[in-house]
Amino acid sequence: MKLTRLKTTAVLAASVSLGLAGCATSDRTTDSGSATGSGSSTASGGAGDTFTFGAAGAPEVFDPYYASDGETFRVTRQIFQGLLGIKPGTADPQPELAESWEPSEDGLTWTFKLRQGVKFTDGEAFNAAAVCYNFERMFDQNEVAQAGPAEYWAYTMLGFKGSETESLYKSCEAKDDSTAVINLTRYTSDFPVMLTLESFSMQSPKALKDGDANNVQKEGDGFKYPAYAMAPVGTGPYKLGKYDEANKTISLVRNDDFWGEKAKTANIVFKIIPDESTRRQELEAGSINAYDLPNPADWKGLEDAGNKVLVRPAFNILYMGLNPEKNSKLQDLKVRKAIYMALNRDQLVATQLPEGAKVATQFMPDTVAGYNSSLQPTKYDVEGAKALLKEAGAEGMTLQFAYPSEVSRPYMPNPQSIADALTADLEAVGIKVEVVTKPWNGGYLDGVDNGLFDAWLLGWTGDYNSANNFIGTFFGSDVNDFHTWKTDFGKTLSKELSDADGIVDEGKRTTAYEALNQKIMEEYLPGLAISHSPPALVVGKGVDGLTASPLTAEMFDTVTVAKS
Amino acid sequence: MLRFIVRRLAQMVGVVFVLSLLLFLWLRLLPGGTVSAILGDRATPESRARLEKALGLDEPLWIQYWRYLKRALTGNFGASTGVLPGRDAFDIFLARFPATIELSIFAILIAVLLGIPMGYLAARRRASLFDNSSIIVSLIGVAVPVFFLAFLLQYIFAVKLGWLPVSGRQGNINATRVTGFFVLDGLLTREWDAAWDALKHLILPALTLSTIPFAVIFRITRASVLEVLDEDFVRTAESKGLTNRVIRGRHVLRNALLPVVTTIGLQVGGLLAGAILTESVFSFGGIGEALALAFEHRDYSVLQVLIMASAATFVLVNLIVDILYAVIDPRVRTR
Repeated sequence: MKLTRLKTTAVLAASVSLGLAGCATSDRTTDSGSATGSGSSTASGGAGDTFTFGAAGAPEVFDPYYASDGETFRVTRQIFQGLLGIKPGTADPQPELAESWEPSEDGLTWTFKLRQGVKFTDGEAFNAAAVCYNFERMFDQNEVAQAGPAEYWAYTMLGFKGSETESLYKSCEAKDDSTAVINLTRYTSDFPVMLTLESFSMQSPKALKDGDANNVQKEGDGFKYPAYAMAPVGTGPYKLGKYDEANKTISLVRNDDFWGEKAKTANIVFKIIPDESTRRQELEAGSINAYDLPNPADWKGLEDAGNKVLVRPAFNILYMGLNPEKNSKLQDLKVRKAIYMALNRDQLVATQLPEGAKVATQFMPDTVAGYNSSLQPTKYDVEGAKALLKEAGAEGMTLQFAYPSEVSRPYMPNPQSIADALTADLEAVGIKVEVVTKPWNGGYLDGVDNGLFDAWLLGWTGDYNSANNFIGTFFGSDVNDFHTWKTDFGKTLSKELSDADGIVDEGKRTTAYEALNQKIMEEYLPGLAISHSPPALVVGKGVDGLTASPLTAEMFDTVTVAKS
Repeated sequence: MLRFIVRRLAQMVGVVFVLSLLLFLWLRLLPGGTVSAILGDRATPESRARLEKALGLDEPLWIQYWRYLKRALTGNFGASTGVLPGRDAFDIFLARFPATIELSIFAILIAVLLGIPMGYLAARRRASLFDNSSIIVSLIGVAVPVFFLAFLLQYIFAVKLGWLPVSGRQGNINATRVTGFFVLDGLLTREWDAAWDALKHLILPALTLSTIPFAVIFRITRASVLEVLDEDFVRTAESKGLTNRVIRGRHVLRNALLPVVTTIGLQVGGLLAGAILTESVFSFGGIGEALALAFEHRDYSVLQVLIMASAATFVLVNLIVDILYAVIDPRVRTR
C-alpha cells in the first residue's frame, strides 16, 4: 500500500518535472550573440575579452539624467557621452561630443561646435537638433521628477520649465547640424563645466521619445520609471548587453560603430558585491579584475599580492562643521579659531588617513581654480588654543561632537578613528567633549540637517572642477548646515560667493575666489577644513590601461585584460 | 483537519495585518528615512521638503497608512527607493524569493542529512569518542559567528583551493531563467553547465547557513533518541524479540522524530535571520541580502513587503509542520 502511494507520488513528480521541462527551453540558441558571451562555465575574470568589475551596489536606473549615485554613473559612463568629457586622470573638462565651445561676452550664450559623423547606438544621428532635444527634455520635467529623480538638474540648473525657481537654462537653438547654441538666464562659473556630469549625457532623441522617457510617476513611497530608463541609448564605447537582476550582473558589449577608438576589451561585466571583504576575496580568487574603494588598511597587502592600487588624486574635503545656533560659544571667532588650533591635523593625516592625504588649508582641493596657495594650515598650538579660549571666556566649554557609524566615505575612510583622534585633541585644551554617534542613515544625516549637533564630521567630493561646487555649495546660501545665518557674516559671505560666481572673466574670477578662500579661513571660519584624502581602486594581475580619476569617472574602454 | 487548516490560515491573515500596522509605524519612527537615504550628504532643507512632499511623507501617519493599506490590498506595494530604485517592491520579493528558498532548502538538507544520523548515532553510542566529538562540532556550529565562518570558507575553498566560487549565484553564464531557482532552471533547460555552476555557488553559503540548524537538529535528535531508548515500549519491543532494524526504525526513530520535526519547522522559519548575514557576505541576491540593503537605504516599500512576506512564510511553514505532526502522531489529529 505504502509502496503504491510512493510510486504514485514519484510518477506525479516526474510528470510535473517533464511537463515543466517541456515548457522550458534554452534561450542560448537565440541569445548567443548577447553580452553574456559564450556560456562558459566559469566566471569571466581573466578571460581576456572581458573586464569584470566588482561593484559595491546596484545601479539605480540606466538613464543617467535620473541618477545621482556613483554606482550608476560608473556603468552609464561607458555607454553615454556628454558635450564635455573629462581629461583622464584629472577633473578638467575636455572636448567630447562638442569639439569646442565659445561664450558670448556676457556669458549668457554658449555656442557648441559638435563632432560630426557620430551616431547613437540605435543608428540615429547625433547633431544640434539632438542636443536641443536633450536639453529641452531635461528642462521640461513633471512635478514628480522635479522633486527627486531629476536631482542633478535641480542642483545645477536650479529650476525647471514652469517651476517657481527660475532655471539657469533658458533655451537651445540648433543653428545648423553641427552648431548648437545654449542660452542661460544668468551667468554662472559652473557652466559649461557642469556638463561633464553624467546626468547631462546625450541620449538618442528617438529612443527618448519612443520610450516616453520623461514619464516618471510616484508609486507608493518611491518613484516608477518608464521602461526607457532600463534601455539606454547613447554614443559611448559600450552599449548595454543585459542586466541580469537575479544574478546581479550587468553586461556591456563593445559598440563596434563607436566614432572614436574602439574599446580594447569586448565585454565589461559589473558584478554587484556589496560586501567589501567579499570583493577582496573575489579579486584574490581571480573572479573579478578590479573593485572600488579598497580599505586603506588593505592597500599594502593587495599590492604585495601582485595587484595594483590606483590612488586617485584627492578631489574632496573633510571638515568639522560647527553650529553657532546650537552652541552660542561658537558664535565667537576666537572660540572657533581656538578649536582649529587645538586639532593636531598633521598627526591625524599621518596616522588615520591613507597615504597621500593632505592637511587642508581651505575648503577645496588645490586642483580647483580659485585655490589660494598662499594660505598656510592653521598651526597646531595647544597653549595658544587655551589662551584664546580663556580670552573668549570659554575655558572648559562643553562641545557636543558627532560622527557617523556604519559608513565609510572617500574623504573619511574610518569616521570613528578620526573622531577619536580629534576628541583627544579637543580634550587636551580643556574642552569637555560629549561624543555622539549615530548611523549614517539612521539619524546622522538628519541630525546634521536639523542642526542637532554642536560640531560634526562631514565632507564633500567635487562633482566637477569649479570653486562654486565647493565653497558655493557650503556657504552660497546662508541657510546651510553651518547655520551661518546665526553669524554676522553669513549674508555677506553668500553675497560675495554669488558675486564671484557671476564674474565672466576667468582670471578675475579666480582672483576673487582666492581672496574669498582667504577671508573664509581667516575672517569668517564658519567650519574647520580638516583634510583631503585620496580614495583608491584596485586592479588585479594582468589588468592594464585603467587611469584613476579624481572624480571617480574612470573609463574602461582603454582597459586590457591579459589572457589567463 | 480542514477546519484546523482554515482556522490557522485566518490566523495568518490576522498576524500579517497586525504586523503591517506595527511595521509601518516602526519604520517611520526610526531615525533617518527614505529622504535622507535618497539625497545623502547633498541634501538641502529645500530639496528635503520637496522630496517629502512629492512622496507624501509630510502627511499624517494615519493618512499614509490608510493609503498604503488601500494600495496593498490591490497588490500594489509601491516602488523601491534603495534596493532597486523604481522597481515594484513585490516584484523584488518575487525575484529574490527563489534565491532564499533555494539556499534554505540546501541548508536545511545539509542540516537534516547530517544532524539526524549524527544525533541518532551519538545517542546510540553515548559517551563514545564519536558522541563527544559530534557535540564539539555542534557547539562550534552554534558558537562561531556566521560572517567569520563565511570568510573562512571563502578563503579556504575559493581563494586558496579554487574549488568553489567566492560569491554570487552563478558565474557569467548565458543561462536561461525559468523559475528563478538556478539549479532547477539548469536542469529543466538541460543547460547542465548552468545547473552545475549554480550548484557550486550554493555549496559554501548553504554550508554556512546550515551550521546553526545542524547543531540544533543534532542535539534535539540526540536528546530525543536518548529519551526514547529509555522508554518501556522499547524494552517491550526488545523482549518481544523484534529485530534491531524494526526497533530502531519503527519504535525509536519514529517516536524520537516528533520533536525533531517541530524543530526543523522552527529552524526553517528562523533561517531567514541567518540568511541576512549569509546572503550579504556571499552576495547571494536573496531576501536576506535585500532586507539588509533595504534597511540601510530605509527602503520602506521593500522592507514592508519582505518582512510581511517572510512573516507569512514563517506562519505557513509552522502550519505545514503542524500538519506533518498530525500525520506522524495520530493522537494530534484526534485531539
